[in-house]
Amino acid sequence: MEKIEFDYPAAKRRITKRAHVGVVGSGDMEILLEPSTTEGAHVSITTSVNGFRDTWKSVFDRFFSKFDGAASIQINDAGATPGSVLLRLEQAVEVIEQ
Amino acid sequence: MSESTFVPSFVNRRSFIELDGRARAQSLLDEGTGKELVGPFDRIESPWLPMQDAVPQADDGCIVMKGRIAGNRAVVISLEGAFQGGSIGEVSGAKMTAALDLATRDSSAGIPTAAVLLLETGGVRLQEANLGLAAIAEVIASILSLRQHAPVITVVAGTVGCFGGMSLAAGVSSYVVMTREARLGLNGPEVIEQESGVEEFDASDRALIWAVHGGEQRVGMGLADALVEDNIDEIASAVRRYVLAGKPAQHRSEQVELYRERIAALDTSKQIDPLTLREQWGLRDSQGGAR
Amino acid sequence: MSEYVGLQGRAWFQALTGNDQPRTGDPGSVLTADAQVRRETAVFLCVVPNPDSRFPCVRDGQVGLEEAYALATRIREAIDDDRDKPKAEKRPIIAIIDVKSQAYGRREETVGIFLAAAASADAYASARMAGHPVISLVVGHAFSGGFLTHGYQANRILAFDDSGVTIHAMHKEAAARITRRSVSDLERLGHQIAPMSYDVRDYAKLGTLHKLLHVNNPIEPTESEIVEVKQAIADAIADARMGAEDLGNRMNSPAARKTRKAGRTVRALMEKQWVTA
Repeated sequence: MEKIEFDYPAAKRRITKRAHVGVVGSGDMEILLEPSTTEGAHVSITTSVNGFRDTWKSVFDRFFSKFDGAASIQINDAGATPGSVLLRLEQAVEVIEQ
Repeated sequence: MSESTFVPSFVNRRSFIELDGRARAQSLLDEGTGKELVGPFDRIESPWLPMQDAVPQADDGCIVMKGRIAGNRAVVISLEGAFQGGSIGEVSGAKMTAALDLATRDSSAGIPTAAVLLLETGGVRLQEANLGLAAIAEVIASILSLRQHAPVITVVAGTVGCFGGMSLAAGVSSYVVMTREARLGLNGPEVIEQESGVEEFDASDRALIWAVHGGEQRVGMGLADALVEDNIDEIASAVRRYVLAGKPAQHRSEQVELYRERIAALDTSKQIDPLTLREQWGLRDSQGGAR
Repeated sequence: MSEYVGLQGRAWFQALTGNDQPRTGDPGSVLTADAQVRRETAVFLCVVPNPDSRFPCVRDGQVGLEEAYALATRIREAIDDDRDKPKAEKRPIIAIIDVKSQAYGRREETVGIFLAAAASADAYASARMAGHPVISLVVGHAFSGGFLTHGYQANRILAFDDSGVTIHAMHKEAAARITRRSVSDLERLGHQIAPMSYDVRDYAKLGTLHKLLHVNNPIEPTESEIVEVKQAIADAIADARMGAEDLGNRMNSPAARKTRKAGRTVRALMEKQWVTA
């Protein structure tokens, strides 16, 4: 099991809602997305699949290239693919932007 | 002039099984009345899973939602079958017991509060072994307390089914609702095959599995109360019906003499044919005997 | 893990009651006897191996259909007999436990052992809720569905501090197979993670056990040990009578306050949120 953290200080837009999507099932993950308590966005990942820090970084670099909310994102991951991760992130964003 | 278009029923069918644990709970409560308690953002996770390199889930696989069903106060407790097989750990077990006990407290104080248990579970979470088992004993105790005041309705929809120690929770419930896909039993086919051999139970024989544990069989033999389609409206309707029915005159797990006699009458020299049990036991129940 | 033989249950049932027979009509696997405990009559119950059972999958001491319903019958008998008595006079119900597991059989599943187990747990809990002190004494093995059926609904649980005494959710070999670990890995894990341990001393850390009792060899009760164990049972009865009829004491014990913190946090938080929901 691995714990990975990233910061995206440029994501400064204040958000007011929170979202929870997903399930920690095999090949899946859950996301808890809330307003950040510090400046910028913060990502915290707990994953059962070790050694993919770079892949996670690419995914989030891509996500934050389009999303500028100051979000605190917590992920519990049991082996979701990068595609699934992005999908789940989009679902979470949809919820907070309703 | 109107045009009629044929729409196959499966297009409009809203599957309950396809919903995750949270959505299932929400679907049973009156619109706008559901409020989740000790939800994922409270972040009470399993302290034991990370010690074994297993990723926890923020709600520990148990969703508690308080609200109303058919206008009556109710709490829905839903197990997420996709997380650790819906198994019971320290936290998920404590959520169940706490919700049941609070419903009992309210019910004793004149606010009858029914409980609906959505059981998709294999029983004890092995990574928490004795705390999972202790929690299940406490869940059983709490159901037995609550059902004196208000109905406890178990729904087993599938695909995980309800096995292990939690099958006793179904057994002490006031009412049990099952789909055809669902299964209910103490030991699953793999466990029986492992412990007693493939002759005793061939776990690859799907027809046998559903013939023994499946919803149609359990309802047919009188061990569950309603067989429903995998359809949100139908399941919600069955739950509403039982909430409104209130406590049954007698609970199935209190009918000791009846089942003792039935078991004494069995020919155990060979395996028992499930359909025969449906004929012998189910008929009697539908005639208003015993249930 | 030692080969389960199931002799401890019968040995202690006999030692404590002077009896080792089933009641008429009960299967040979369920022993019931009335015996004195500190000037009052208590009913003792025990499940033992029965090689002559009609059900092939219970012959080694598993708790099956007939066992569960016989237990339920005897317990409900006690509840009925004492129905009009004041709480202080409701007879104690003492479960002597040494069970290999629940029964793993197709007949059992077909007939609905889940309901049989539920019926027995229901009876034990109903006795407890009616005011009978229900005491469990684990003298050997207490596994999984077998323990849920026979013993886990007690007000107070006692156990022998002995390597032959194991309380757990699944036998080591099966648990190892399912979690894809070796048995020695599992044992090592149990040393670090109390709820997974097969050692009854670690079980005691979880807070559900009332007392660990010391005997030299559980298979051979000595005269002085029998006196001490009877004393401990009597004390547990008195303690149960002073407490509530639910299982709330389990989460509030000193040990539970240490090991079940997360569960306790859940309870406190849910209570707080419930009233405003």
